[in-house]
Amino acid sequence: MPDLLAARSQMAVSLIFHIVFAAIGIAMPLLMVIAEWRWQRTGDEGYLTLAKRWGRGTAILFAVGAVSGTVLSFELGLLWPRFMGYAGAIIGMPFSLEGFAFFTEAVFLGVYLYGWGKVSPRAHLLSGVAVAVSGMLSGIFVVIANAWMNTPAGFTLVNGVPTDIRPFAAMANPHAFPQTLHMTLAAYAATGFAVAGIHALFLRRDPNNGFHRKACGIALAVGAVTAVLQPLSGDIMAKAVARNQPVKLAAFEGHFETRRGAPLHIGGWPDEGAGVTRWALEVPRGLSLLAFNDPDAEVRGLNDFPRENWPPVAIVHLAFQLMVACGTVMALVGLWSVWRRWRYRSGWPSSRRFLLAVAVAAPLGFIAIEAGWIVTEVGRQPWIIYGIMRTREAVTPMPGLIVPFLTFTVLYLLLGGMTAWLIWRQVIASPSGTYHA
Amino acid sequence: MPELVAGLMAGALILYALLGGADYGGGVWDLLATGPRAREQRRLIADAIAPVWEANHVWLILVLVVLFTAFPPAFAAIGTALHIPLTLMLIGVVLRGTAFTFRHYDDQHDQVQRRWGLVFSIASIITPILLGVAVGAVVSGNIRSPEAGGSFVLPWLAPFPFAVGLLALALFAFLAAVFLTVEAHERELANDFRLRAIWAGVAVFLTAGLALLLARRGAPMIWEHLLTGRWAVPLQVATALAAIGAFAALWIRRFRLARVLAAAQVSLILAGWATAQFPWLVVPEHTIRSAAAPDSVLQPLLVALGLGALVLAPSIYYLMRVFKGRGQRSTVNGRP
Repeated sequence: MPDLLAARSQMAVSLIFHIVFAAIGIAMPLLMVIAEWRWQRTGDEGYLTLAKRWGRGTAILFAVGAVSGTVLSFELGLLWPRFMGYAGAIIGMPFSLEGFAFFTEAVFLGVYLYGWGKVSPRAHLLSGVAVAVSGMLSGIFVVIANAWMNTPAGFTLVNGVPTDIRPFAAMANPHAFPQTLHMTLAAYAATGFAVAGIHALFLRRDPNNGFHRKACGIALAVGAVTAVLQPLSGDIMAKAVARNQPVKLAAFEGHFETRRGAPLHIGGWPDEGAGVTRWALEVPRGLSLLAFNDPDAEVRGLNDFPRENWPPVAIVHLAFQLMVACGTVMALVGLWSVWRRWRYRSGWPSSRRFLLAVAVAAPLGFIAIEAGWIVTEVGRQPWIIYGIMRTREAVTPMPGLIVPFLTFTVLYLLLGGMTAWLIWRQVIASPSGTYHA
Repeated sequence: MPELVAGLMAGALILYALLGGADYGGGVWDLLATGPRAREQRRLIADAIAPVWEANHVWLILVLVVLFTAFPPAFAAIGTALHIPLTLMLIGVVLRGTAFTFRHYDDQHDQVQRRWGLVFSIASIITPILLGVAVGAVVSGNIRSPEAGGSFVLPWLAPFPFAVGLLALALFAFLAAVFLTVEAHERELANDFRLRAIWAGVAVFLTAGLALLLARRGAPMIWEHLLTGRWAVPLQVATALAAIGAFAALWIRRFRLARVLAAAQVSLILAGWATAQFPWLVVPEHTIRSAAAPDSVLQPLLVALGLGALVLAPSIYYLMRVFKGRGQRSTVNGRP
């Protein structure tokens, strides 16, 4: 295995692993705070049980997220030292701010988890709010740094050297807003649906279990609202890509020939050699309409760009299709939830068919997040900084990179299994002496 | 301005050593828990670490982030030359953090829990050694860029970096034992850790001596600065005084005083290292000036650090007051 491929694979494994915990770390504290707030408002002990369970889950997953995030921040230097030597000063600002947000999150998570009975109920709830807010902010700051890699800004290139560095202008790069919006909503939607879906499975077997009803209700509220909003943010994101990274958009769609009134490809397999996308369902003028709000707009195809600047088209196209498909199903289930909520005021997660739909949608959010990151990261290739530095120029000269790649892969597989097992035992399973509400 | 940022970075590193270091030291004493109160010792350690370790750990991230923002070439040089020890250290970081959490939240089966405990404590020993190795390699003067024929192994696989690694381990174990004498509310338990603190203090003395001895050949520049630098003598005298004071306070069971003096001792050792290394960041290719990002980066960074500190300081004060304040019983009643 060539070293560049090993380094990219190690980075991919680290990101694929970390993003799950990062997304949960953003959204889970919100669920936990809502449960505690409900308990303080209603006095219903069921909500307290739930807040404590979710707090415990947050603690376990946050710890895994914190250490895997530490690994990533080191890996930036261990695997891509030339990238960091070049760009560290420009994108250090969002990382510094993220450091403080992460700090705040860790401090108040400590207070939240171990402060039951030690601090006033009000201070306790506010600590939870601080965790939820700072968790969201850390995510936003890190995604801003990634957005910069896609749409670099805030400096002037003089003879290949970045000068006149303006850190805040770098943060305000064109993809900062669409990417952070899209990812933040994704974190809430994915976590909300995953949690709701697991409890929906329990409810199908034990429909009157108050614990699972409350859990499913809160999680679904968060998941449904964000899943319904997500296609809108996706549209904003895609339009930004169309403007700023036309070759990436062409790869999303498997769109080879530049043309006006370009069709939208649904599914299909892009054949890079032949320069066509086979077996796709074509929506006439769909791509032009979606990308530029104009059914006759010209959309540049891959053939307009030198071959050496193409990302791996098939992977990007398939990942994009998978992401959109998952998001669409989630948005539909989300709409169904909102409609049910409006229609049957009292108890919304009830009918078996509806619960089945929620359970089926449970893994889709995380599949969409993984696919979405493949879209954005693989779609940026062959660049590490779009249009400025190639990934192969950034990699460390260190030989034998397959060794750390395999080591971290095994480590993360073990860790993932352990975490899932622990969460099952400590968070999800019905509390003993389950009461019925 | 670069010096100011470097100074803040050194300060954050000292805080990491004091707070995060003590958490590693806790793992050491978890492994070495013996005697009739071994179970109580482990319990005390776990209760002391649990609410604060995540926050303590973030100091390391902060050091790293400031390093790559303010001194990108130095970060790139360290990441390249020390790929192997830093990767091993990361594995230690991952195993320690997750094993501690898993053990803490999974106290249903003794067998499984003991295995997590073992992973936690072994990782707590290996990680600080590797951290020390990395620091030792940075000061050794043997890190060269790959273009200049730099090796990926030779800078760190040498006696001096490993002596620094052992010193780091001894310092962390010492800090942890001293802190735990204060946290223990039973007299016997406090005595257990008093004895451990004294032995760890001896280990600090020995490993520091060893590192100094090896520095003469292993890190000649630092050796020279440690002996002749302007701040060398006052800092060393202050370190010695703090060390003697910490010993004396332990001896007469003034544990709160011992905690302050031990923290002062460790801070002074690190400050001594930082001043001896000045003005180099990575000896000998990168100085603070040569590696510094332009002022247009450092200025906003300083503002961000200042604003961050405004949020952080009261938060951490609150955390410590809730869990480490006077009159706080340190036994957390089981899992939250």
